[in-house]
Amino acid sequence: MAEPMVVVDDLHVVYRVYGASGDRGTAATALLRLLKRQRRPSIREVHALQGLSFVAYRGDAVGVIGRNGSGKSTLLRAIAGLLPAEQGSVYTDGHGALLGVNAALLDDLTGDRNVVLGCLAMGMSREEVKERYPHIVEFSGVGDFINLPMRTYSTGMGSRLRFAIASAKSHDVLLIDEALATGDAEFRVKSHARIEELRALAGTVFLVAHNLGEVEATCNRVIWLEKGQIVQAGDDVPGIIDAYLVASGGEPRVREPIKA
Amino acid sequence: MSDEGRLSGPGGLNGPGSLSGPGSLSGPGSLSGPGSLSGPGGVAVATEPAPARQGLLPDEPLRELAARYGLKPAAVRPPILAYIRELWQRRHFVVGFATARTVAMYTEARLGQLWQILTPLLNAAVYYLIFGVILDTKRGVPNFIAFLVTGIFVFNFTQRSFVIASRVINDSLPLIRALYFPRASLPLGYVIIELQQLMISYVVLIAIVLGTGEGVTWYWLLVLPVMLLQTLFNVGAAFILARVGAGMDDVSQLLPFIVRTWMYTSGVMFSIQTMKTLIGHHKLSYLLQINPAAVYITLTRNALLTSQRLSIPGAAPYNKHLCTLYYADPSKFLKSDNPAIGYYSAHCAPLISNTGLWLYAVGWAILTLLVGFFFFWRAEARYGRG
Repeated sequence: MAEPMVVVDDLHVVYRVYGASGDRGTAATALLRLLKRQRRPSIREVHALQGLSFVAYRGDAVGVIGRNGSGKSTLLRAIAGLLPAEQGSVYTDGHGALLGVNAALLDDLTGDRNVVLGCLAMGMSREEVKERYPHIVEFSGVGDFINLPMRTYSTGMGSRLRFAIASAKSHDVLLIDEALATGDAEFRVKSHARIEELRALAGTVFLVAHNLGEVEATCNRVIWLEKGQIVQAGDDVPGIIDAYLVASGGEPRVREPIKA
Repeated sequence: MSDEGRLSGPGGLNGPGSLSGPGSLSGPGSLSGPGSLSGPGGVAVATEPAPARQGLLPDEPLRELAARYGLKPAAVRPPILAYIRELWQRRHFVVGFATARTVAMYTEARLGQLWQILTPLLNAAVYYLIFGVILDTKRGVPNFIAFLVTGIFVFNFTQRSFVIASRVINDSLPLIRALYFPRASLPLGYVIIELQQLMISYVVLIAIVLGTGEGVTWYWLLVLPVMLLQTLFNVGAAFILARVGAGMDDVSQLLPFIVRTWMYTSGVMFSIQTMKTLIGHHKLSYLLQINPAAVYITLTRNALLTSQRLSIPGAAPYNKHLCTLYYADPSKFLKSDNPAIGYYSAHCAPLISNTGLWLYAVGWAILTLLVGFFFFWRAEARYGRG
């Protein structure tokens, strides 16, 4: 039954950062560099992912946890096919949609236009867009703001609308990078339900979040990254989260009995 | 700490106990299913309970697993035909993106969409002031205002497509990083925006053309194929510049200067065909005349302006004497009162015939489009890095 949707095979991702040197960044130093026939100001390589391997299956919601800079967002971008691998590869079924805090669509356009363009970009037909439009706007809960440019939105409203757009289509692979962090309590409940729906529609969801409660409530598996490597991964979500908390110098989570 | 218990290594922190825990949706039971199916036996499901595995990693080599389920490598560009199909599928996105951008461009301005007309008008006014009044390059060109404005508007279409295309990838990074779509939609969309602008400019242009005494003729219809060919050329060039500009910011810094130089050599504000300075420099004149901008400008002028069509070298039978007279004093021997002679310059020999110009127009369009599209597609998987 379990059909693999994302296969990550010994994935290495290397970023090349330009201009990372102690260059003072003036025109004079740049000229000097050219005269001395030096190459670009020290291209520094950052080995962001160092040989990850795992398989995610249809219907999985995989939480990715770890400290800042541990490679979580990089992993998501690699799965979405937006970052080529240095070594190893990522296999997916179809194209993943990446949803992040910074993934603004077109800031100077109205929310309304963003909805239409976002849907068209995802490959919907005009009829489909027309059909889903009311649901998207309602789900996002931005109300009258839908007719204002997105740059006037609060962070929370923007991320709500983006989530609503990206989740309007049942992606085979949906990658969520902290997108829910800025939503309010009501929206979290709604988005949580939506993720469940998407999973039920036989998609795979990846969720990067620092809010471990969010991960625990949403995910059935978790991957703990540290410096671009997997520390632990598996189905024991509470166990791994506790181990991560302890390793970061905290206490295991206090879990209340689930209320219906 | 990072090396301890990596996923691929056995014996991670969470023991087998947690794996067999109830309630996990796709538990280890279902996981070991497909893994063992591919084994030599092929039937037995429970041959291997796989307790030591951590649930996310099956036994067989991952590449084979992926291949068996038809998973495709991410971040790999699609084959060129599939790419074209995807692009066609997103045609509504391309058009919608283009229109939305045009609308958004002027939302901050009080005059709003009026700027779509005002910008080309002001442009024309400035160039007329400099080249028509102050520098007085109009000598020897009938109806210089219409001649100049046509050149500016047609060149502007190419110029703006170029400059914007070189920035399009970097400007659209958030969109590129959020959603998958064929990246070629972006340069394509921006050229369509500029095409819309050109059409709006044509309202101004037609008014100027009629206001300066040119008549409405059937030749005007030829503007449409020229516009189409120029658009194809611009799209192709936009693909090239979009890819080059995505890698290097230096390009978008440098491009305005290159384009400006190009404008001064494309006969926007003077006539390459009849310019006195170019007499005797056949090769140079030929090269200037076949450059794509000059080709599209000349063809548009010939279609729109009767005075141009009748005065361009080759419009009348070759007559050495009349031609020499023109160059002796272009402002004096521009047009004869004798209708049999008409424009003196028309009696000179053309370097490129009208048919030749059309062939160049088609050639540039097709060549640039094919090369540009191929060039852009080659790097499809790399846009949005960094």
